Amino acid sequence: MSEAVPYGIVVAFPVALAGFTVVAAVFDSVVGAGWSWRAAGGPLREAARLLVQQRRRTLLPDTLLLRAGVCGLLVAAVLAGVVLPLGERPVADPPVGVVWFNAMEVCVWGAIWLTGWGTNSCYPLVGGYRFVAQGLAYELPHMFALITVGLGAGSLRVGEVVAAQSGLWFVVWMPVAFAVYLVSAAAMAFWGPMDRPVGSDIAGGVRGELSGPDRLVFQVGRYALLVVAAAAAVPFFLGGGAGPVLPAWAWTAIKTAAVLAGLIWAAHRLPAVRMDRFTQVSWLVLIPASLLQLLVVAVVVL
Amino acid sequence: MTAAFWGLAVVSAASAVAVFVVDSMARATFALLTSLLAVGVAFLLIDLHYLGVLIILMMVMEMLIMAVFMIMFMMNPAGLTPMRMVHNTRIAGLVAGGVFVLLAAGALLTPWPRRRGRPPADPTHALGLSIMGPKMLVMMVIGVAILATMISTVVLATARGRYDPPPDRRTGEGER
Repeated sequence: MSEAVPYGIVVAFPVALAGFTVVAAVFDSVVGAGWSWRAAGGPLREAARLLVQQRRRTLLPDTLLLRAGVCGLLVAAVLAGVVLPLGERPVADPPVGVVWFNAMEVCVWGAIWLTGWGTNSCYPLVGGYRFVAQGLAYELPHMFALITVGLGAGSLRVGEVVAAQSGLWFVVWMPVAFAVYLVSAAAMAFWGPMDRPVGSDIAGGVRGELSGPDRLVFQVGRYALLVVAAAAAVPFFLGGGAGPVLPAWAWTAIKTAAVLAGLIWAAHRLPAVRMDRFTQVSWLVLIPASLLQLLVVAVVVL
Repeated sequence: MTAAFWGLAVVSAASAVAVFVVDSMARATFALLTSLLAVGVAFLLIDLHYLGVLIILMMVMEMLIMAVFMIMFMMNPAGLTPMRMVHNTRIAGLVAGGVFVLLAAGALLTPWPRRRGRPPADPTHALGLSIMGPKMLVMMVIGVAILATMISTVVLATARGRYDPPPDRRTGEGER
């Protein structure tokens, strides 16, 4: 952090994040419509509609907390993204970047709970509580997957994690941690099979009562969080910008797009994890698996 | 640096006051969280990166769990009607004032040592060594033991929890 950050990175980061967010929303719409490319314009039309839509108010909302929650989701996603390298280096490379990334993901819990609470409506509140429970259930395997990465690299600085993969990508010799990361990252981004906090069984859950610009900001934040969760897999497991011929930023973009496409495709292919079983999946399968992976990595590093 | 510290100090103290002024449990919880996050960022200012980020991470989790429990146990779960965040004000005021005077006196009267040498390269590491010292191994073993206890407690609790496994998946157990 001592050396000055090039201005190019500071400009490129929001552009890249916004671009990937739009692409994620468009691709999600296309896959959701059964690979119909005519649905590609859907998200942009929806964004334009929400911009001019009048807000629907619930009875006695806690507007301050609601706004804090809706905006907090996007802010947390952006702050989580600043430690991820776009090619050679990130916007900020603190010595504990991996932990910072996780801390910002956890801030999302607060944002979602506040959104659910603030509307003063039943289903959003149920969705908010669902997300807190889901976050608690999946935080431990998520953390263990990230600790495995830090242990393998011998550092929590994202730059050094990437450097440690110059010989062999972490996904090759810690595949279980990678799988656990993908599952738990989807849970932390309430995405795919773990999207019950905004599930249709509770009328849209947390975002059920959001309308107009509030809903737009929430949706943008949700896709941005998904993009950041997918992009983080690249420096943590997929060797960062390493690759032949193309420059580092291009490889970072290609790998991010691949992980993102996989997550979006899986969301439309896999059945939802029932809320009464999701803790079982996490604590009885993911935690033992990630602990064993941690042990293997620890033995190899020793 | 100094400006950042005072800014964080003001945010921290102001939101701590807000905890007792606001009339909703959710607002009180998140005011407290704001106060604690400011403390976490203040740790980042003195290069205790790991501790600072960990404070942010843990406090968000803790405050959310606290919010869940507080709202679960409060007399007005919906939070629709405003409620006071203070009760038993006289004794609470006496205790709080006494503790404040004690801490402030301690902070002002302690002969703080002057800085000798330079800050270490990794302050978190140095802090851990100076707190734990030769008992590091014991502390690490206890840490793992606590984690194992937590996991096994939850596993035991969920096996017969509110959501039993459906009958078709329950093997080796008789009729309930």
